[in-house]
Amino acid sequence: MAAQQELQVQQKREVDKAQEPTTPMRAFLPTADIFETEDALTVVLEMPGVDRDNVDVSVENGIVTVEGRINFNKYKGLQPVYSEYNIGPYRRSFRISGRVDQDKIRAEMRDGVITLVLPKVEEAKPRRIEVR
Amino acid sequence: MIMGYADPFEAFFAFQRALENRLSSDWLGDTTAGTGTYPPINVFQQGDDLVAIIELPGVNKEDLNIQAKDNAIRVSGRKSIDYPEEVSLHRRERVSGVFDRTLAVPMQIDPDGIKAEYNDGVLVLFIPRAERDKPRTIEIR
Repeated sequence: MAAQQELQVQQKREVDKAQEPTTPMRAFLPTADIFETEDALTVVLEMPGVDRDNVDVSVENGIVTVEGRINFNKYKGLQPVYSEYNIGPYRRSFRISGRVDQDKIRAEMRDGVITLVLPKVEEAKPRRIEVR
Repeated sequence: MIMGYADPFEAFFAFQRALENRLSSDWLGDTTAGTGTYPPINVFQQGDDLVAIIELPGVNKEDLNIQAKDNAIRVSGRKSIDYPEEVSLHRRERVSGVFDRTLAVPMQIDPDGIKAEYNDGVLVLFIPRAERDKPRTIEIR
């Protein structure tokens, strides 16, 4: 059963740089699930260490971008002695189709996981055609 | 190593580099059951004590078990992902399942004094060093 599967570590992938960065800070790609129901597309992103106040979701030119920042103050005064993962801001963008009602996009954050619900426009919803 | 920088970004880069350098550290050596297994752990020193920061996004607190004995701390639990019914999955990168990992630290700790916090998908364990393990200054008479 899938739910009993023993978990494996997923290495964090760095964000591909479309533009040259001006700072040497590394950003990471949050792992994502995307699924579709009749009414909406849902995008779920894992950003451990990011709280609600440090996440930005923006929609511009049909691209939805999620950015999460790490509150670095929590690491003040800590000396690393052993490390298995790196930390850094998260960033990921998705191109959304015209079938999404951009004004109704909503987001919810819980336990380091953000859920974006992208409702479909009315015309894109499946419809049952009655046979007469 | 990361104290008192004027530029917060510089502190962050230094920290990322420090973490990177520690990736090959053998500090935990063979003591940690399964390096590279889930969940990934970072260990920091804070004064005499240790802080372990573990990335566990999307886990319910109730599904998380932490046990401590001697110098070993066991973190186990289950991460479940619920998809709604009648759904078509376009992308599936998140993983779900069970995990069980034991962190054995190479020093005497006070198992009763361990504190755990789970916030924003990150589990933080505060691990106090045992009093008897702390270095003592011996006075010469």
